[in-house]
Amino acid sequence: MGYKAALKIWRGDAGAGQLADYDVEVNEGEVVLDVLHRLQATQATDLAIRWNCKAGKCGSCSMEINGRPRLACMTRMSVFSPEETLTITPMRTFPVIRDLVTDVSFNYAKAREIPSFTPPPEVKPGEFRMRQEDVNRSQEFRKCIECFLCQNTCHVIRDHAENEGAFAGPRFLMRVAELEMHPADIADRREIAQDDFGLGYCNITKCCTEVCPEHIKITDNALIPMKERVVGRKYDPLVWLGSRITRRGAKDTPAVPGGR
Amino acid sequence: MTDEIKRYSYDVVVIGAGGSGLRAAIEARLQGKKTAVISKSLFGKAHTVMAEGGCAAAMGNRNPRDNWQVHFRDTMRGGKFLNNWRMAELHAKEAPDRVWELEAWGAVFDRTADGKISQRNFGGHEYPRLAHVGDRTGLEIIRTLQQKVVALQQEDAVEFGDPEAMIKVFAETTITELLSGDGRIAGAFGYFRDTGQFVLFETPAVVLATGGIGKTYKVTSNSWEYTGDGHALALRAGAKLLNMEFVQLHPTGMVWPPSVRGLLVTESVRGDGGVLRNSEGKRFMFSYVPDVFRPQYAETEEEADRWYADPDNNRRPPELLPRDEVARSINSEVKAGRGSPHGGVFLDVSTRLPADEIMRRLPSMHHQFKELADVDITKEPMEVGPTCHYVMGGVEVDPDTGAASVPGLFAVGEVSGGMHGSNRLGGNSLSDLLVFGRRAGLGAAEYVTALASRPAVPEAAVSAAAAVAAEPLERPEGENPYAIQGELQVIMHDLVGLIRRESEMKTALVELDKLRARAAQVSVGGGRAYNPGWHVALDLRNMMVVAECVAQAALERQESRGGHTRDDYPGMSPEWRKVNLVCSLEPSGPSGAVSLRRQPTPAMRTDLLELFDLAELKKYMTDEELAGLPGATETSAEGTH
Ligand SMILES: Cc1cc2nc3c(=O)[nH]c(=O)nc-3n(C[C@H](O)[C@H](O)[C@H](O)COP(=O)(O)OP(=O)(O)OC[C@H]3O[C@@H](n4cnc5c(N)ncnc54)[C@H](O)[C@@H]3O)c2cc1C
Ligand code: SF4
Ligand code: SF4
Ligand code: FES
Repeated sequence: MGYKAALKIWRGDAGAGQLADYDVEVNEGEVVLDVLHRLQATQATDLAIRWNCKAGKCGSCSMEINGRPRLACMTRMSVFSPEETLTITPMRTFPVIRDLVTDVSFNYAKAREIPSFTPPPEVKPGEFRMRQEDVNRSQEFRKCIECFLCQNTCHVIRDHAENEGAFAGPRFLMRVAELEMHPADIADRREIAQDDFGLGYCNITKCCTEVCPEHIKITDNALIPMKERVVGRKYDPLVWLGSRITRRGAKDTPAVPGGR
Repeated sequence: MTDEIKRYSYDVVVIGAGGSGLRAAIEARLQGKKTAVISKSLFGKAHTVMAEGGCAAAMGNRNPRDNWQVHFRDTMRGGKFLNNWRMAELHAKEAPDRVWELEAWGAVFDRTADGKISQRNFGGHEYPRLAHVGDRTGLEIIRTLQQKVVALQQEDAVEFGDPEAMIKVFAETTITELLSGDGRIAGAFGYFRDTGQFVLFETPAVVLATGGIGKTYKVTSNSWEYTGDGHALALRAGAKLLNMEFVQLHPTGMVWPPSVRGLLVTESVRGDGGVLRNSEGKRFMFSYVPDVFRPQYAETEEEADRWYADPDNNRRPPELLPRDEVARSINSEVKAGRGSPHGGVFLDVSTRLPADEIMRRLPSMHHQFKELADVDITKEPMEVGPTCHYVMGGVEVDPDTGAASVPGLFAVGEVSGGMHGSNRLGGNSLSDLLVFGRRAGLGAAEYVTALASRPAVPEAAVSAAAAVAAEPLERPEGENPYAIQGELQVIMHDLVGLIRRESEMKTALVELDKLRARAAQVSVGGGRAYNPGWHVALDLRNMMVVAECVAQAALERQESRGGHTRDDYPGMSPEWRKVNLVCSLEPSGPSGAVSLRRQPTPAMRTDLLELFDLAELKKYMTDEELAGLPGATETSAEGTH
């Protein structure tokens, strides 16, 4: 059932680039990444692609295929008709390094701003006791393979680079939620979620959830519950009175100094 | 700009950001050393991310009878007693602490009913022992270590005003050469993938944590990173590789469609109840239980099925034999014409567990088969066959510190050798990464502390490394590196694969010789910036020398053991158990001049030998070796068949 697929692939670097046309053989059962590899091995040895596991586990091969953010290794060629021309471009939100490879360092910088897991100091390794139902939610978020497709898709930063300072993006707001819902974490990141990570910018459009290859319910299970918790925090009369008594008795945890 | 070499200076440089590299780097930083972590891929995407089933540690959460001695025994049996016993001992003793430590750093493992870390069954492990998170345990481990690095950087930001003051990650950076001064490690040379600029890390201590060699084979579960870089770097720096003939073929890789051939199907499928059947519907593994394992494995399907619920009173199903046994059995079934339509056998969980249970325990397997093969594993069986998975051979190291024979060089994780003997048990790699990652980090830190002076990097060596790295780009004409890589993979797969023969391996060595000459003449188009063709050309140099080591060692070892099966020497020989095969490079020869030497295996401590029945030891060891043990002489007639 082999056929030749017509591809338009964005070639270029930070300076300039354009779509280039290729015809590449496609065999039964192949994914887009296979076809890009064949192109690389036969016609364009220097075509830049980022990939690693080829099994949807590492989150390296994010790109836009016919305008849709996807993992190239998990996109089967059979979802397109043989006549269709495939247009393959790099993720739009991040600066291009070369061809289909983008500079995703924004995400690593955001990760460093979030106060890390903070267990009670008296619990020693080996002493943690947590019930499965209490860790289910954090585990859902920890399925994240950091493909950054949600970051790429969220309209708050997709066409608004000016928001990048104030908004951590769905992946990292979800990281905040993951820690807040971790049964053994005692820090309180609600205030900084709003003030430093821009939870308020999210208007729950769910575009991030739609593109997540891990099918994590980012909006419903992480962002909306975080918004509810933040509201609870802001109108907590005790907090308003300036009391130190917050959830679990901890103080607000500040954003990490020097993290930016 | 690309002509200028960027220079950094560190106390410890860790090459590799998988589980072992990150754990080593964390330890070096905790010891107060200024540490760099280097990785070919992005931070958090190293190969460890692909590990599925779990991490073995005798915590005894599901069966209180488990302890380090039982884990040690299982590990030695799995490796057919060729393991470095000291490594196996340290590993079994320290794995629980390393897992608990991860939990304190934020890992969220699956739980038991009483809130502890859950543990699952796996091939070769007597009790449920693998800490796990569904079937994405590697992701959890790498993410936890990544986040621990970040936590340390946050501390450093407070203390030094710079998060990268004490530990910095150089992602998408490839090391092509280690540099020495006065016979000691002095630095590491490489390039940044994004710009192609060269970089020199001046450092007295290098920890190799580069993973495996799977990309030298055509059908593999491994990714592009696994080109044996660390193995080759160590050789060129003067270190030795141990027992490179032992390459693990995982019994269950996907066989169809062709584009995913080799992709792993986790052993948890079998640990959780999945069974292997041939085209006649028969659970064929019952016919393949070798003598040494008979006492521990069920003889009937009924007993095997009872084992899942009542492991104390029943023996385990033969599907859970060590991997080498299962891989060979599948191979025999296919050869006998009882295979599945695409040349594998059937792995079925659909008739063994309810659909929702499959979805809960094996979500990523369900996803993988659904998305990539249109197979719903809750409704139909999978087709599976052997795939190149893991290399037991690797850099010879000191068990306690991870130090290689070259001062300042350390190795840990899949790139190191010895721990797993001739065959690794599933789940024993992730624990290996943590136990020896910490030890190598400590070892490197102590080495640096004890140094009176730091060796200088000779400038001539820097320019030489730069010249070698630039060659494929500068050569106006030559062969395509992808094509040569493809040929190499076919040679190894066809001639030094699962079942090996003298004549074929001799052919392989001849073919490798020819290919080496061509590999030295490849040329790539394009520039230095993110140019995969260039990257493949440079990796090829490492793959060639590693392939040579595997082929030479495989030809030399005239017996079958673990991940080395000889058609012409089908038996396991106690005499060969006493032999380690060691590869090194001839100091002055061309880069392919591998020399191979036999070296005696270290004698096991008596208290460890006494953990086994004498009758069992006699299946593996010679009478002289056992002479010192009580009762050794009386029973000498038993168990030697
Ligand atoms: C599909 C799959 C499933 C598995 N499942 C399990 C399991 O359930 N349990 C288990 O115990 N084991 C499992 N294993 C085995 C285990 O995952 C690996 O052996 C282990 O992760 C290797 O870790 P590592 O730290 O040695 O190296 P890796 O995690 O492979 O990391 C290697 C690192 O070195 C870097 N590197 C390599 N060369 C260079 C260079 N020249 N310059 C710079 N950086 C370099 C890479 O970029 C990478 O960062 C599995 C393996 C596979 C393939
Ligand atoms: S739901 Fe929020 S975070 Fe997600 S895409 Fe919409 S605005 Fe962005
Ligand atoms: S949340 Fe989903 S889309 Fe976002 S980075 Fe993680 S895996 Fe990717
Ligand atoms: S290559 Fe790993 S997710 Fe696609």
